[in-house]
Amino acid sequence: MTESVTVFIQYETAAVWLGANEIADRIAAAAEKNNVKVNIVRNGSWGMSWLEPLVEVAVGDDRIAYGPVDINDVDSLFATSFLQGGEHDLKLGPTADIAYLKNQDRWTFRRCGLIDPLSITEFQAHGGFAGLKKALESGTEHVLEQVKTSGLRGRGGAGFPTGIKWQTVASTDAGQKYITCNADEGDSGTFSDRILMESDPLTVIEGMIIAGFAVGASKGYVYLRSEYPLTQQIFGKALKVARESGWLGDNIQGSDFSFDIDLHIGAGSYVCGEETAMLESLEGKAGVIRFKPPLPAIEGLFGKPTVVNNVVTLGSVPDIVAFGGKAYDEYGVGRSKGTLAFQLAGNIKRGGLVEKAFGLTLRELIEDWGGGTASGRDVRAVQIGGPLGAYFSADQLDTPMDYEAFAAVGGMIGHGGIVVFDDTVDMAEQARFAMAFCAIESCGKCTPCRIGSVRGVEVIDRIVANDDREKNINLLNDLCDTMIDGSLCAMGGMTPFPVQSALKYFPEDFNK
Amino acid sequence: MTTKYTPTIATEIIQEYSAAPEMLVQILHAFVARFAYLSDEAIRQISLELNLSRADVHGVVSFYHDFRTEPPGEHIVKICVAESCQAMGSRELTAQVEEKLGIKIKETTDDGQVTLEPVYCLGNCACSPAIMIDEKVYGRVDASKLDGLIEKCGG
Ligand SMILES: Cc1cc2nc3c(=O)[nH]c(=O)nc-3n(C[C@H](O)[C@H](O)[C@H](O)COP(=O)(O)O)c2cc1C
Ligand code: SF4
Ligand code: FES
Repeated sequence: MTESVTVFIQYETAAVWLGANEIADRIAAAAEKNNVKVNIVRNGSWGMSWLEPLVEVAVGDDRIAYGPVDINDVDSLFATSFLQGGEHDLKLGPTADIAYLKNQDRWTFRRCGLIDPLSITEFQAHGGFAGLKKALESGTEHVLEQVKTSGLRGRGGAGFPTGIKWQTVASTDAGQKYITCNADEGDSGTFSDRILMESDPLTVIEGMIIAGFAVGASKGYVYLRSEYPLTQQIFGKALKVARESGWLGDNIQGSDFSFDIDLHIGAGSYVCGEETAMLESLEGKAGVIRFKPPLPAIEGLFGKPTVVNNVVTLGSVPDIVAFGGKAYDEYGVGRSKGTLAFQLAGNIKRGGLVEKAFGLTLRELIEDWGGGTASGRDVRAVQIGGPLGAYFSADQLDTPMDYEAFAAVGGMIGHGGIVVFDDTVDMAEQARFAMAFCAIESCGKCTPCRIGSVRGVEVIDRIVANDDREKNINLLNDLCDTMIDGSLCAMGGMTPFPVQSALKYFPEDFNK
Repeated sequence: MTTKYTPTIATEIIQEYSAAPEMLVQILHAFVARFAYLSDEAIRQISLELNLSRADVHGVVSFYHDFRTEPPGEHIVKICVAESCQAMGSRELTAQVEEKLGIKIKETTDDGQVTLEPVYCLGNCACSPAIMIDEKVYGRVDASKLDGLIEKCGG
């Protein structure tokens, strides 16, 4: 045989330690033994985590997927001629036809899985840098206008309109301004920042450059959590690739605009995901929350006007500029415009990333995409929006996924993490964990958070032990109110949400 | 691989970051990566070379979970104890590994082979439960997979 067959094997955190590297080696060795030429491409993740490690073979115009593949499956894959798309128990058909993927609205993640994340050529062949080119041609006002028109809101948690934030920084006079990319992704149940940075890092880089161009900043920082070593490796390489090809650094693509990016690594602190704590950490200090005002947009990093945006927010920008803000605004409902990368996690059969326009229901995500629980038992509780997000009961699954609908029922979409629990969960234990986590991660600046969370754990212990239960439940509610009203930031201010929702929807678990 | 602390290597690391105080968090990371932990001597040298007070450096070191001040075991096993992994049995896994190693979380085995630490999410929640061993992030961990991984650490 002379013609070589292209085989795609993911290089991404979940897949790599489920054996993707060994599988790639085994396929290469088996191909050599069988005298066939294979060209192994290490692509990023499609976000279909439950199928990882996924192996795809280019057959004609299709990519035929097999998964989840175990190293011991390689021989039987060869035996059934998978290099020609042969039948096999693990065969899933063309990747693009897999319902989980096909039914999504891929915008920000449209290149994830498709390309070799470190290939500038493939990135550009699939529309990469079109947004940046357009920005450089059309000027800062045009870019700000498109981002405002798009209705894009911050994907890090608070949902603040991105265009308004950028306008504030753009309108503030200063010699030096900064773009910071928040890649601290501390919420349990979330991994969309990781998948984007590993599978299409150049998009994040492009988004940061566009942000810098729009507001007049020449320097950017990425603050990446230390729990993501592979992301650090891939993203670091992407920065290098971008610099070497003239897309990052001085006079980008021969223009007057210069912009460079430094990668900083966090140090295992959840609260450093809060924007002012992140800025402190970027300045080399302890991640203690700053008072606001001044807003970071006015006085941020090193006292200079600073854009703080989440990875996914920045990654959504290039196509907004390339296709126009209106195109993005067409997705979504009400004031929740565009798409969100929902992340299905916890006790779920088909965990992974689902990028979808706002407005579908929680049930559609959990049942249609997720396939219900992994254990096969009933869904009992769902935590949405990370450790500060409320627990929902199985009766609330018809809530539409939009910022306002969630706020109306005391919930928050946050970074889009959805953690499913089956009926074996003990919600008193979950409430206790919320308080304990706050006690561990509190920055210590204010008493309701620092001390209240420690008391919260003790009070829940007493409730569970049936020690003066009525009185302690009242005490817990008072404590929650004090934390909500008296905390400086959402760490202390929102920890009560999972606690109170557990108490409200699952009272029997506190009453055993 | 970590090496034994020497002031010369320490200075080299600090110089890689131009001895800039705003690089302190990154410098501390580089120290832990190189020397496994931050000794008093290391903290003293960092404060001198960055022109910071020792209390300032201590304040930063103690704020972050990553900056350990005691020598860890040969292998560091981090068990994800956050919500998504809880939903998939991380509490049971934690108990299992504690029993197998005969230590509690945040402790090191007597033979110095394994330090057990908690971690709050590894971003591998679609494949919960997850654990991290020396920078490798394993998903879909069950009792037998955990046993195998711990045994490889000599535990
Ligand atoms: C305790 C706490 C943790 C947070 N963690 C993160 C995080 O890990 N990533 C993130 O992007 N935003 C996080 N945020 C939100 C940030 O403060 C900020 O709103 C966001 O980075 C702004 O970017 P965006 O407008 O693009 O969302 C956190 C907030 C709080 C209160
Ligand atoms: S609420 Fe907690 S984390 Fe936020 S500033 Fe106060 S002490 Fe710090
Ligand atoms: S909660 Fe364990 S990996 Fe995210």
